Amino acid sequence: MAVEPLAAEQMRPTRRVRRRIGSIVLQVGLLAGSFFMVMPFLWMLSTSLKLPKEIFKYPPIWIPTEIAWSNYRDTLTALPFDRFYLNSAIVSVSSTLIQVLAAALAAFAFARLRFKGRNPLFLLYLATLMIPFQVTMIPNFILISRVLGWYNTYQALIFPTSFSAFSVFLLRQFFSSLPMELDEAARMDGASTLRIWWQIILPLSGPALAALSIFSFLGSWNSFLWPLVVTASNEMRTIPVGLSAFQGEYNTAWNLLMAGSVIALVPVLAVYMVGQNWFQRGITLSGMGGR
Amino acid sequence: MASGASPLRPLPRWRRWRADQQSEGYLFLLPSLAGFILFVLIPVVAALVLSLYEWSLLSPGEYVGLTNYLNLFRRDPTFFKALGNTLYFTVTIVPLQLAAGLAVALALNQAIKGLAVYRLIYFMPVVTTIVAGALVFQWIFNKDFGILSAAIWRLNELTGIPVQPPDWLTDPAWARPAVVILTLWKNVGFTMVIYLAGLQAIPVELYDAAEVDGATSWRRLLYITLPMISPTTFFLMVIQMIGAFQLFDEAFVMTRGGPAQATTTIVYYVYVNAFEYRRFGMASTVAWVLFAFIFAFTFLQNRMQHRWVHYETEDGR
Repeated sequence: MAVEPLAAEQMRPTRRVRRRIGSIVLQVGLLAGSFFMVMPFLWMLSTSLKLPKEIFKYPPIWIPTEIAWSNYRDTLTALPFDRFYLNSAIVSVSSTLIQVLAAALAAFAFARLRFKGRNPLFLLYLATLMIPFQVTMIPNFILISRVLGWYNTYQALIFPTSFSAFSVFLLRQFFSSLPMELDEAARMDGASTLRIWWQIILPLSGPALAALSIFSFLGSWNSFLWPLVVTASNEMRTIPVGLSAFQGEYNTAWNLLMAGSVIALVPVLAVYMVGQNWFQRGITLSGMGGR
Repeated sequence: MASGASPLRPLPRWRRWRADQQSEGYLFLLPSLAGFILFVLIPVVAALVLSLYEWSLLSPGEYVGLTNYLNLFRRDPTFFKALGNTLYFTVTIVPLQLAAGLAVALALNQAIKGLAVYRLIYFMPVVTTIVAGALVFQWIFNKDFGILSAAIWRLNELTGIPVQPPDWLTDPAWARPAVVILTLWKNVGFTMVIYLAGLQAIPVELYDAAEVDGATSWRRLLYITLPMISPTTFFLMVIQMIGAFQLFDEAFVMTRGGPAQATTTIVYYVYVNAFEYRRFGMASTVAWVLFAFIFAFTFLQNRMQHRWVHYETEDGR
């Protein structure tokens, strides 16, 4: 496309106007999208504060005429949310710790140690990357309930999901990118391998470790299918599964269901708002496979 | 994939296999490998064996050979329904999510007011428990009292356009779009963040050069941005396709696989077979078929990527 040789004075105003219009269109589009993103949260909050008679009202109202804080009290007495929180915290923290620690050790071996069988073993890890969790879920369920006798326990919630090949792969990628001379120099100074791992490689891998931790923690905290399958009582349920069980019992008590949802979300969203950048960076880095 | 030194170049001395690192290597590997063998490797093999059995956990299992696979493809209408639904979700969710995520990322990649707030908002559903998200959408989609129905009635009243709210969750034709909408809400933020990372990696000089040449912003998008982020698009396409194939939570909480099995996905069918019908062998069979589909689609995408994915450097990164 040939561009007319316009004088600079002629061109600038039209460009500026077009830019202006463009940015207004952008803002409107982004606002509309934001509304779609935020509306469910607001509607959740609004419903959670309504009396039953105002839930089924047409046209629907956004601000309840009488704020029904009692919904929260009723929800908390109907369901042991404190227990769900405790369970979710125990499971997510231990699962993340195990995941990151085991992966950091294994990734170090794969990236920086020379031993027989290293490459075939790493290939074995890689080969399972594509196998969906649902394939191993059924044998794991049988292993947990029949062989180990762990059905409805913390162990069942924690261990089977803590050894993903993905986390080993992710950290190996990162460890491989650090110069090998570091290890060599440290060895000459007489450092043990464990010390090289702990005092050289790990401190240099802060971003990768943080990203993997956030990624695993969030995945574990929000995980649904596996906890659904291996828990049977409220004593062991995590937040998502507890909320889902609540739905089964109170399927039209929308004020209580929404209060439960708010209770489930508030701490997570609060942490997210504080550490927004960490979350997004963690997800990006892990999501991209460490690239 | 990560590559060390070129295989043709002789490895430096310290890079060769070392006797003193033999046992150390395995010691470092031990915790991960033990868990990996017990909870990944053995289950993978067990799942393969299990798919050849009929087993309810109560009675001793019975070896049936390939019967489970044959029955699945010959006389299981629900399986085909689940397969069809899963394909429907894949071909709707993946393109919509890519387009929406890219649009938001492009908009946010400008020097725009409120950037931080937008990023915060769009990413919020990503950190949200899907159960809570599905619950509120179930309420939003409620035919009689949902906010969406009310909005559609309102539109009807105000404009006179004879639109009626659909019966989202009990009409088989509308339940699937409802799940698609929920999934989009949940995942657009993820796509956006990854795309933003991709966009920020494009060298500014390319745009500067194009501007000097008088390229319009539309052309810059078409001939610089899209080719430059095609590796990101490829990556997102693959992982979102895998994710769409594994859709379960949304359908479980919002529609319980219904109405009339309209939202029964393959994973939902795995779940039902195992934990409702107690057909553990069959459940494993379905899970393997799921793997076969994921594998085939990923393989296909990989084969086709050279046609449209543009890599800047020679080593393919």
